[in-house]
Amino acid sequence: MENRDIRIEVPVLARVEGEGALELSASEGRIDTLRLRIFEPPRYFEKFLEGRGPQEVLDIVARICGICPVAYQMTAVQALEQAFGVQASPHVLHLRRLMYCGEWLQSHALHVHLLALPDFLGFDNAIAMAGKHPDAVRRGLRLQRLGNDLIRLFGGRSVHPVGMRMGGFHRGPDPDRAAALLEELRAALPDAEALVAFTASLPLPDDEQEFVSVALRHDSEYAMYSGRIVSDRGLDLPAKDYLDHFRESHVAHSTALYAHLDGEPYLVGPLARLNLNHDRLSPPVRAALEATGLSLPSRNMFHSLIARAVEIHEVVLEAIRLLEAYRPEEPAHVPTTVQAGVGCGATEAPRGLLWHRYETDAAGKVLSAQIVPPTAQNQARIEEDLKCSLEAFGLHNDDDALRLRGETVIRNYDPCISCATHFLKVRVERR
Amino acid sequence: MPVTSRTQTTALERLNTRENARPRVAVHKFSSCDGCQLAFINAGEALLELAQLVEIVHFAEAGPMDPEAAVDIAFVEGSISTPEESERIQAVRANSRFMVSLGACATSGGLQALRNFNADGATGWTEAVYAQPEFINSLDTATPVAEHVKVDLELWGCPVNARQVFQAVRQLLFGVAPVVDKDKLCVECKRQQHVCVLVAKGIPCMGPVTHTGCGALCPAFGRDCYACFGPAENPNTTSLSRRFEGLGLMPESVAKRFHFINSHAPAFRTEWLAWKERS
Repeated sequence: MENRDIRIEVPVLARVEGEGALELSASEGRIDTLRLRIFEPPRYFEKFLEGRGPQEVLDIVARICGICPVAYQMTAVQALEQAFGVQASPHVLHLRRLMYCGEWLQSHALHVHLLALPDFLGFDNAIAMAGKHPDAVRRGLRLQRLGNDLIRLFGGRSVHPVGMRMGGFHRGPDPDRAAALLEELRAALPDAEALVAFTASLPLPDDEQEFVSVALRHDSEYAMYSGRIVSDRGLDLPAKDYLDHFRESHVAHSTALYAHLDGEPYLVGPLARLNLNHDRLSPPVRAALEATGLSLPSRNMFHSLIARAVEIHEVVLEAIRLLEAYRPEEPAHVPTTVQAGVGCGATEAPRGLLWHRYETDAAGKVLSAQIVPPTAQNQARIEEDLKCSLEAFGLHNDDDALRLRGETVIRNYDPCISCATHFLKVRVERR
Repeated sequence: MPVTSRTQTTALERLNTRENARPRVAVHKFSSCDGCQLAFINAGEALLELAQLVEIVHFAEAGPMDPEAAVDIAFVEGSISTPEESERIQAVRANSRFMVSLGACATSGGLQALRNFNADGATGWTEAVYAQPEFINSLDTATPVAEHVKVDLELWGCPVNARQVFQAVRQLLFGVAPVVDKDKLCVECKRQQHVCVLVAKGIPCMGPVTHTGCGALCPAFGRDCYACFGPAENPNTTSLSRRFEGLGLMPESVAKRFHFINSHAPAFRTEWLAWKERS
């Protein structure tokens, strides 16, 4: 057999946040080594947090990620309130869930329409796709804007919102604006519902794999802001015990840390959540999902796209429900105190489980901080997936086809490399 | 002496002499959270319209990829914090007619510039955060783009918003020099008739020294401005610090007001260092 070495140098992976590259070497149709290299520069957030008070923490952690700042603020506020012994009121918890719905909506709408859809409709990017599929692109932009408007209601702007504080919000949503947004969400409901069937009708590859799903699970809600950490292998623990089972390690080829569950890769994010919590979806969403014929749990990572559509439908309905129940006269925050303590927070960022731990001094200043973002947790799983997917796809395919398939696989995880650094040059070596 | 130099043209020269083409635009990312690029991506219909008016040749997060393309306008997000970035920014500059730095990281170094002037330096922090510090290749400082290359226009803000970005694009397309309002935030806050949180509540608001542009969001929420848009023109930081001290802030807390999102901006850096010495 002819020996040949092939190297593909493709610029930074498009349509993901941040920078990374894929290197693989293969012989006789099998992949020998595969590395997802992440070279997003380190920004040392955990060190900036030391010595900072609670409001500064909320304003800093938002800046870890421009796409999911709310997730970082939610997780931090939960952890710090636990450290301080502050109990948020049911009203505040409703408002937090409502704001979080906004972030899921904007992030998922962006991913489905602008980042992922070009892969399945055969375009390089959404701008090119807009000419041929203007309705799909405009629907995505509308849903994304609604999500951003929902965040603005609580934080003035959708990127690095300013409204959150210990115990709740600096100010509750303006009743008139809340009422106007409620009308817009009702009008968008058909879009959201149709999206489930639309994504299920796309030519998604059939690629079954074995993996462990991990997500928060809540007694009654589709878990978002709170719940216990569970897996489909029987794991069930409170956020404070996370480090007993999950470990981060550091490898040479990446500035992101790798997380493992009891030594194994695992999946967090929309498909993991849907696999574990589909019984917690509201009845209309369950009906829309059943109509697609998708059977759960799913082992096909490409179903992540459908999972995002399902969650878009769910959060639009949930935001409508929460806005209908909004009582502007209730205090937007509860009284707070500070104390020395340790607090852990876990919430579901759009991309999956996000975990924070803070140790504070008597003045409420941070002594130490630890943050485990979803993309770091998915990184080992992405590599495992790439190995399976590319072998199943067939290494005889040319380098461009391999690169596109590799990128499509990676984009399934909606990786947020800025968060994880804590994308894609592909280098294939065939021997 | 090389004789070929007269006949060889650079990519930028060829770009400058082309005829009747749509302006070419690139969005480059350096060390950042990706949030400022969202000023484009979150713009909805305006983004599609922009894609008609200009040719977006490089914008990795949105899809188009051509990092080495010569362009009329290059938007740069992020600060320069690795050896690779300090080389790449030179290449971007060489390929761009106008360079616009986008947001706090690009204009002042951003939050990650908190590592600068740090006794431990980036090395100490790498050891604290990463199990295998030898794998990390990072500069000791995170610095603004203008410390490395000439920047034609700076858009401040953490994050910048669509209004700033599209205003700049529109002005450049009309062929006029973009005008940036460098007034203090207080002016905008008064215009919106918010109750002054500094005067009425005694909260250490950074509005009097902060660059306007956000829309006075924090005072609208009844909280203090935390200067995410950086220093305004001619900020009287010394006077504001004394006021903070009068409100009962300890020197360490006064220092931290300046040592935050735009810590590397000279006006804030000077004030931080002055109060750090007292604490």
